[in-house]
Amino acid sequence: MNIEWYIVLSSLLFATGAMGILIRRSPVIILLCLELMLNAGNLALVAFSRMVGNQEGQVFAIVVMVVAACEVVIGLGLIVAIFRRKLPLDVDQLRELRG
Amino acid sequence: MFFLAALGALGGAVGVVAMRNPFYGVLALIVHLFSLAVLFLLLSAAFVAAAQVVVYAGAVMVLYVFVVAYVGGDTESAWEPIPGQRFLAPLIGAALFIELSVAVLGSSLLALGTEGPDVAPGFGDPAAIGKLLLEDFLLPFEASSILLLLAAVGAVVLAGRRERVDDAPVPGSAGTPGESRPAGPGTGAPQGAAR
Amino acid sequence: MSATAWAWLVLLLPLLGAIVIGLGFRLLPAKVAGVIGTASIGLAFVCGVAALVSLLGDEPEARHHASSLWDYASVAGLDIKLGIYLDPLSAFMVLVVTGVSALIHLYSFGYMQSDEGYRRFFSYLNFFVFSMLLLVLAGNFFLLIVGWAFVGFASYALISFWYRRSTATAAGMKAFVINVVGDIGLVLAAFLIFRELGTFDYEAVFAKAPEVFSTNEWTIVAICLLLLVGAFAKSAQLPLHTWLPDAMEGPTPVSSLIHAATMVTAGVYLIARTHVLFDLAPTAADVAAFTGLATLLVAGTIAIAMTDLKRAIAYSTMSQIGYMIMGVSIGAFSAGLFHLMTHAFFKALLFMAAGSIIAAMANRQDIDRMSGFWKAMRFTSLMLLIGGLALAAFPFTSGFFSKDSILDYATARGGMYEWMAIGGYVGAFLTAVYTFRLIFRVLPGVPCPEAQELIDTGHLHHGEPINPANGELEDADVGFPGPEHHIAEQSWPMAVAMGVLGFGALFAGLIQVPGVDDVLFAWLEPVFADSELSHIHASVGAEWRGLGIGGIISLLGIATAYLLWVRRPELPGLFRQRLRPVYLLAANKWYFDEAIDFLVVRPALAIGRFANRTFERLVVDGLVSGTEDVVGTGGRIVRLVQSGFVRSYALLLVLGFAGLALYFLIASS
Repeated sequence: MNIEWYIVLSSLLFATGAMGILIRRSPVIILLCLELMLNAGNLALVAFSRMVGNQEGQVFAIVVMVVAACEVVIGLGLIVAIFRRKLPLDVDQLRELRG
Repeated sequence: MFFLAALGALGGAVGVVAMRNPFYGVLALIVHLFSLAVLFLLLSAAFVAAAQVVVYAGAVMVLYVFVVAYVGGDTESAWEPIPGQRFLAPLIGAALFIELSVAVLGSSLLALGTEGPDVAPGFGDPAAIGKLLLEDFLLPFEASSILLLLAAVGAVVLAGRRERVDDAPVPGSAGTPGESRPAGPGTGAPQGAAR
Repeated sequence: MSATAWAWLVLLLPLLGAIVIGLGFRLLPAKVAGVIGTASIGLAFVCGVAALVSLLGDEPEARHHASSLWDYASVAGLDIKLGIYLDPLSAFMVLVVTGVSALIHLYSFGYMQSDEGYRRFFSYLNFFVFSMLLLVLAGNFFLLIVGWAFVGFASYALISFWYRRSTATAAGMKAFVINVVGDIGLVLAAFLIFRELGTFDYEAVFAKAPEVFSTNEWTIVAICLLLLVGAFAKSAQLPLHTWLPDAMEGPTPVSSLIHAATMVTAGVYLIARTHVLFDLAPTAADVAAFTGLATLLVAGTIAIAMTDLKRAIAYSTMSQIGYMIMGVSIGAFSAGLFHLMTHAFFKALLFMAAGSIIAAMANRQDIDRMSGFWKAMRFTSLMLLIGGLALAAFPFTSGFFSKDSILDYATARGGMYEWMAIGGYVGAFLTAVYTFRLIFRVLPGVPCPEAQELIDTGHLHHGEPINPANGELEDADVGFPGPEHHIAEQSWPMAVAMGVLGFGALFAGLIQVPGVDDVLFAWLEPVFADSELSHIHASVGAEWRGLGIGGIISLLGIATAYLLWVRRPELPGLFRQRLRPVYLLAANKWYFDEAIDFLVVRPALAIGRFANRTFERLVVDGLVSGTEDVVGTGGRIVRLVQSGFVRSYALLLVLGFAGLALYFLIASS
């Protein structure tokens, strides 16, 4: 397939992930949508790397994966900590930082 | 092949966004990740595909499963406290998609219309990636290891039980041996009074 | 030492006195402060005499010296020096001022003795003398204005000396405000002079003025009219006179010094000094002459109806100054100044005697309650009589010669001025009447209770310290006329001062007897030689004729007063009933206060109220709180973005990103 299909798919996935963040209220789901967006980015990276013809994009994609993993760890740790304090797991109700 | 994988990816994505139960959302994401791995394979990125399956769909998703099992999956209420959010979000999502597509398709990158240049058979092999990692991209490689270390430390800190700062209003939360310990500084006043 | 060096010393000594007493008022015992004050003026008088002697050493034409200490301002065409100008006129004024002031200081030494504010009094008094001397010795208009303003301030400080008396403070403010009106006139005149002639210096201005202005050109008339505004305010002429009767709230020495002998004569001095300018603007000079005449007559009528002793004498001052102003405006410069000198003597004496009597009356000034003091206080009564005789121009007293020298000149000048002279004679009659009304009410007859107490016990009557004007209880701490009063019979400084003045009131006229000697006029002649008006002289025969008329009028007036208040005391009551409107007009001071209140005070208050209620509230407050409200509301609106909802932040973020991408897409296409 032409590379442009991959790119279009990647942007579609990215937009879907963004929309998910805006719509959902559970922090777990929001993190999942974040994963979506990161993966969409990975797809774009790999596609371009194939288009250009060298593997630097793939290396980048691996680093992105590492970063995503770290972020998931911290995010899930936060969610567990919130849960342990018996606070509601709802982004809209965790709003003490306001003006 | 492409279309199948693409459908899977899309379906997983939509599932994550749409599913009420977070457990089903995690499952949807796993499907999505596997489809992406297939797409990577189609793009001659064998190592990345493998890493995707092992690391992402394997480790990270397992982590998610654990947490979802621990936390439980409550379905969210239907009422939207922020006015206009439900209405605007799809709009903006669509706008984003259109813009990105236009940006890419309208650009003068001629190579987009091709399948890419012919590549050597070893393109995307672990050996090739490893060589790049350890030669040209050593610094990012090391930095990511430090990042992993930081993440691990952070996770431990977040998860650790701090007796003094634990201001859970109900004594006897899961697994607290500190029930008989006196309240230290920083605990809320009601608790102190109750004692 | 040169003449001007002596003049600088004259200026310096009172200032030093004021500063020393003022700064050391906690350290100095009261008596020492009084001695310092009196001595500084006495020494100033001696220096003034020395300056005079030094001037005598010069040729008459050369008797003018200017001397400056340093440049005060030297920018943009301005060249103002701190300079004095010593000539026969200023030397004369210096002697009058320091001489009479020294005697009044001596009087106050005794009179104010038990007053709490004794040291403050002497400090203020010295400062006043310094300012008056500055005014008189100034060598340029700038310094004149400085002295003028200082004198106004000193007057305010001394009128409201007993500052817990609400009537005193109100009177002080009234005097100051009217003085400021005069100051405005003076300052504007100085501006115009500077604009037309380019300098403030006396010698330069008087030399240039005849060259620059033609007679009765509107600028010079304007300048002179503005100078007159200043002169009238300071000298209490119509219509800026309303402050003078109220100024009697101050202690008696203040009344005698400032409001009889020195400050109120500043206007006369001003006109005499700037006679060159008035020569060029005869219109303005005539305005001044008519104002003087009008004041003379109006004040005379009011004085007849006054029942407050000091106020009656105050209106008499106003009237006599009307004579002086009339004199210097029509060209009788030396005559007007002669009357200034004799008036200083006898008016100060009258006030001193009045003060003594008021002290015996425990600070009551109402002549309705006074009688029979001839038996109780012989010396004071004698002094009062001497002063009254001089004021009424009894033959061969000083007032006799001085008042008639003005009227002789007016007659000699002829035309409309002869009518002024007739007005002056009418005024002289009125003067004699009201003066001896006072004397015949207060001195003869059965002694009133206070006088009786003095005769019987030798002690002064002690009254309740209540302000008779509004019934308020006085505050004896601050130096309300203290619990103890002093009369001349019991206080030697008062007696000495009054005696010297009495001598002057009787015999000072003898320096200027027509046909016999010509001391003063000869002395002042070089100053006014440049004016043609000063060359008009009545013949000796005409002068003696005038003197004769004046003497007869004076005796007539005294006789009338005798008739009305001794022989047939029921007559004044009859007059009051028959001529009730006339009486009311006089007793209410011709309603000037009411007129000024209606024309000036009420509009000013209304403007103030408007400014406060409307402008301040709506515009200023509106602007300020409005700005505050706008800012606050703006902040409140912006704060709505910080909702705490993560998802709305995310929405904004994505929205922003989409917007940026759109922009770049469009820009690059």
